[in-house]
Amino acid sequence: MEYDHIVIRYGELTLKGRNRKIFTTQLAKNVRQALKDFPAIKVEKLRDRMYIVLNGEDPDAIMERCRKIFGIQSMSVALKVENDVEVIKESALKLLTEAENVRTFKVSTKRSNKEFPLDSQQFNQVLGGHLLANTDDFTVDVHHPDLEVSVDLRDEATYITTKKIFGAAGLPVGSSGRALLLLSGGIDSPVAGFMTMKRGVQLEAIHFHSPPYTSERAKEKVLDLAEKLSFYGNSVRVHVVPFTALQQKIHREIPNGYSMTVMRRMMMRISEAVAKKEGILSLVTGESLGQVASQTMESMHAINAVTNYPVIRPLVAMNKDEIIRISKEIDMYEISIRPFEDCCTVFVPKQPKTKPKLEKVEQFEANMEFEQDIQDILDNIETVVVEAKDKQDEDMDDLL
Amino acid sequence: MEANFIYLDNSATTKPSDQVLESFTKASAQYFGNASSIHGIGMDADRLLRKSREQAASLLQVSPNEIVFTSGGTEGNNIAIKGIALEHQNRGKHIITSTIEHPSVLEACQGLEALGFDVTYLDVDESGLVDVSSVKAAMRDDTILVSIMHVNNEIGSVQPIKQIGEIVANYPKAFFHVDHVQGFGKLPLNLDECHIDLCTISGHKIHGLKGTGILFVKHNVKLFSLAHGGGQERKIRSGTENVAGIVALVKAMRLALESQDEVNAKLTSLKHILMEQLQSTEGIVINTPEQSAPHIINFSAPGLKPEVVIHALEEFGIYISTKSACSSKSADESAVLIACGKERAVAISGLRVSMSKETTREEIEYFSQQLQEVTEKLREVMR
Repeated sequence: MEYDHIVIRYGELTLKGRNRKIFTTQLAKNVRQALKDFPAIKVEKLRDRMYIVLNGEDPDAIMERCRKIFGIQSMSVALKVENDVEVIKESALKLLTEAENVRTFKVSTKRSNKEFPLDSQQFNQVLGGHLLANTDDFTVDVHHPDLEVSVDLRDEATYITTKKIFGAAGLPVGSSGRALLLLSGGIDSPVAGFMTMKRGVQLEAIHFHSPPYTSERAKEKVLDLAEKLSFYGNSVRVHVVPFTALQQKIHREIPNGYSMTVMRRMMMRISEAVAKKEGILSLVTGESLGQVASQTMESMHAINAVTNYPVIRPLVAMNKDEIIRISKEIDMYEISIRPFEDCCTVFVPKQPKTKPKLEKVEQFEANMEFEQDIQDILDNIETVVVEAKDKQDEDMDDLL
Repeated sequence: MEANFIYLDNSATTKPSDQVLESFTKASAQYFGNASSIHGIGMDADRLLRKSREQAASLLQVSPNEIVFTSGGTEGNNIAIKGIALEHQNRGKHIITSTIEHPSVLEACQGLEALGFDVTYLDVDESGLVDVSSVKAAMRDDTILVSIMHVNNEIGSVQPIKQIGEIVANYPKAFFHVDHVQGFGKLPLNLDECHIDLCTISGHKIHGLKGTGILFVKHNVKLFSLAHGGGQERKIRSGTENVAGIVALVKAMRLALESQDEVNAKLTSLKHILMEQLQSTEGIVINTPEQSAPHIINFSAPGLKPEVVIHALEEFGIYISTKSACSSKSADESAVLIACGKERAVAISGLRVSMSKETTREEIEYFSQQLQEVTEKLREVMR
């Protein structure tokens, strides 16, 4: 007997009141998008849960893909049967005896269909008794069963579900608007992006590229990271900023200790301008308080002063080892540690100010003409849409 | 070419599959860059290399940084054994292996003995099997490596890798290496469940190309490098990566694993057919044990020189081998057959048939018919 459905449970979304529909509609859209490689499936959205009708597609592969979709609390495979005690008993028996590596089980019934003749306690006993009476080597274990057979008695039908796994939780990407992530290629910024997406944000990314000081490989690394992120949303647009000329100018005209602070302020100005143009309402960075010279309280103050946009810093209170742990969990770490310099390390002064003074920074910048440089940069930004798969990728897959 | 000859020496090497060759030529032409070059052409090669590594890792159910690409079985075995010995000699200098390993394992161990290492060579029973309790008995506090092959290349015996792995796992100072060259694609081997730290695979035994292979090196295992240089392959094996060869290898691995169950079933039934026919052939002694890998059948024709039988069969376009190609150049008797306790007359007249996914029932039947005629004729001459 084959499972014909996957049940998706919402979790946090069910706490929403009248807005719930916005969230569930977004989730259904994201699920359909993520599962476009499984053309036979159908997604059915209900108020309190979602069903994927498998129509013969592989449930394990689908659940694996769904684990990267935010807004899903948990999932199970399910068999839909009619509301008939005998039918439910026979189907559950088949599912139990056909399951691999199962010796112990537990039955748990939920009855939202109040017309059903037995209440959930009674039905637990009836079904458990039937399963025990018709098998030889299965026993009941209510604490750690190998297989939990959950029976959901609903008005429209009964769903027998097993193999519950937890999803990524959070809110569906797209339900909380869009944000622009400053993506460097290091360990922190992709984690910050991931955590922002977890709260339902559709991400775009901005990357500062300084050829020939930074190589094509550094850029490729960023695009690879964006691809990993795109699995949590649908696609990620990456705005690649030609930063060389302005960086050289800062290096020439700003005193050594302050060049880093000024460079960061320029990045913020450019990011804000891109956000404004794209209709994006906030910026995201991977800053963690006290980690490096640019992330001290004084530096953050001086750098943040150029923008009124909210700057979301998901990692601000996290330790490096916690950030690395998440980076490994989401499969970004190996990419992040590829040894290619990014623009932040190329012109880094030997002794950057850890406590830059805002008045001084402003004074230095006043002597530097940069409005035109920023305008040139904005006119020459290259925007790459990174999707989970691109053309060269497919060529390479054919070779393998 | 086809149907003109019957190739039954697939444990020596296999014919590269068309799909593998196609990938190799395409990759050679389109991704010729040095994967370590920092320009775009190098980058594309690097990307292809990375994808190959990811696919190899997912096929072996390990992580990509645990894949070290090599030039094949001999190199893989040498890096594993000498690399562990040299890196961890401060922990101890004792190594355990068996008497029927491939020469690249045995000779590596003998080389280390000359450097002061102590090697225990475990005996095998008449079926060519290492006794699990003998592994346990041989383990010492200063044991740093246990190296046992999965499938024997001469007689096809299959070692109890999982049980051996479980024993080695109780000794935190000891690493477990498995030579999986003959087993890959024929018999499944779960590296994690078997507690394997190092595992050797070769491309040309699975319809890939010569000069390609993988050494699986578990992430927490450190090896002394035998090839210092540019630091490629986790600094274990420096040297410009053979990207096209690696692509061919990984493709061959995928094809082999995809058809593993089917090929195993087919070869098992062909093996039974051949074993039955050999049993009823006069003057033939079967050396391969009943429980063994599906593709290797070893037998002897006592009283006949194996080289003569091979050349006589070649007249009919049938290609088989004596012992293994790797040890064919050494003196006349098979060390593996001697280790299995066979008498000398059997050990000096060993012959090996090794099949591949392309072997057919007709070929096997034709072979056994010709073998019967050839041996009968040769015996008449001898009389």
